[in-house]
Amino acid sequence: MMTTQEQVIAIIAEQAMLDTSDVQLHHTLADLGIDSLGLVESIFAIEEQLDITVPFNANDPSAGDFDISSVATIVAAVEQILAAQGK
Amino acid sequence: MRRVVITGAGTINPLGTDVPSTFAAMREGRCGIGPLDISDVDRLSIQIGGQIRDYDEAAYFNRQQIALYDRFTQFTLLAARQAIGQSGLTFTGVLADRSGVILGTSGGGLNTQDENYRAVYQAGKNRVHPFIIPKLMNNAAASHVSIEWNLRGPSFTVATACASSNHAMGQAFNMVRSGMATAMVTGGSEAMLCFGGIKAWEGLRVMSRDACRPFSATRNGMVQGEGAGVFVFEEYEHARARGADILCEVAGFAMSSDASDIVTPSKQGAARAMAGAIADAQIAKERVGYINAHGTGTAANDKTECAAVADVFGAHADSLMISSTKSMHGHLIGGTGAVELLACIMALRDGVIAPTIGFEEPDPECALDVVPNVARDAQIEVALSNAFAFGGMNAVLALKKH
Repeated sequence: MMTTQEQVIAIIAEQAMLDTSDVQLHHTLADLGIDSLGLVESIFAIEEQLDITVPFNANDPSAGDFDISSVATIVAAVEQILAAQGK
Repeated sequence: MRRVVITGAGTINPLGTDVPSTFAAMREGRCGIGPLDISDVDRLSIQIGGQIRDYDEAAYFNRQQIALYDRFTQFTLLAARQAIGQSGLTFTGVLADRSGVILGTSGGGLNTQDENYRAVYQAGKNRVHPFIIPKLMNNAAASHVSIEWNLRGPSFTVATACASSNHAMGQAFNMVRSGMATAMVTGGSEAMLCFGGIKAWEGLRVMSRDACRPFSATRNGMVQGEGAGVFVFEEYEHARARGADILCEVAGFAMSSDASDIVTPSKQGAARAMAGAIADAQIAKERVGYINAHGTGTAANDKTECAAVADVFGAHADSLMISSTKSMHGHLIGGTGAVELLACIMALRDGVIAPTIGFEEPDPECALDVVPNVARDAQIEVALSNAFAFGGMNAVLALKKH
């Protein structure tokens, strides 16, 4: 079974049309060529695959404790939500 | 070219069921946004909207009509009755043949689609009512207005998302101006506040859960609304000859396409539409006293729109007023430009500028006079009404005091 990190990276890689090996934890979404629409799609894919709800408003991406500043922070935020939502 | 004037206005929207009540609400800065009362609202993460409260279709339409009229058509017909009634026009003979209907809508009969998808997919029914197609089609409202009022000239529906009404009114304006039509019934309508209509918008993550606060640093997204605005655009000499009460003049119109991104707005596209409408009206930009903003309350729209206004008007941007009435009635999507045109008419005719309510904190990226929270008395000569749609399609009308 894939870890949360592997799942998130797979989703981001698919969005960026890159191989998962090309997505590093220190990358920002901009590094990977993911724009605001791509971000919203990635969050949707994360919610669907992990069966969670991500508090994200495109008007204020920094609100709601979901830190999108890098792949690592997204993985950490998803892990936090999984823990909080008891999954 | 002929001059074009507005001789009738009608509406039903979250602020009121006619023009006087809507003007009163705009003057008072009343908010028509509140908790949604629709099926399955508990499954929505966005649970507010500018809904028309206590609306009883049976109070206005009989059973046979309700079978044919989706909510967006009903709103249109109610607004059209007011507008045509106010104009005093009777469409017979040559006038009927030279007058038509051009309306904007984005979702058309979305409630009808939603209800019937429920019936076949969720309830497992294998049969729907025979009139679902004529009820849900986007041109249903325009057709029923033409049928009810014997408007036999050019008639069609425009769908350019959030700019639909402005594009529709722009076509109507140019038809009367060019001499193709004597009078046109125009405006737009939207009734998208159903489970599917809101669920789709939720997906974009641009909706606010609590309020629409255009231009405020604390804004966090748009809020949907519903309703209709309908107007009679009439050739000036025709209106004058019959002694019609002229609400204002439609002086110019321009459209532009961003040709860039499907959802992110462009400053250049918005600026070209505003500058184009001013040029089309052949007026100096310094005569523009008020802009009814597109002002959705999203982070992206409001700062882009303000930057475009600054580019077009230069130093004059600091002396004009700009407000977003979406803060009060919500975003009526394909009907929004029509309801917002009312704020321009109120500004020109009554000298009252509708406020941007919900304004909490200035945003340096929206550093214009946004008429925060309280309406203002001001005599203005020219007003613009902006609409900038997803898809990058922009439409701006210029109106002049008569």
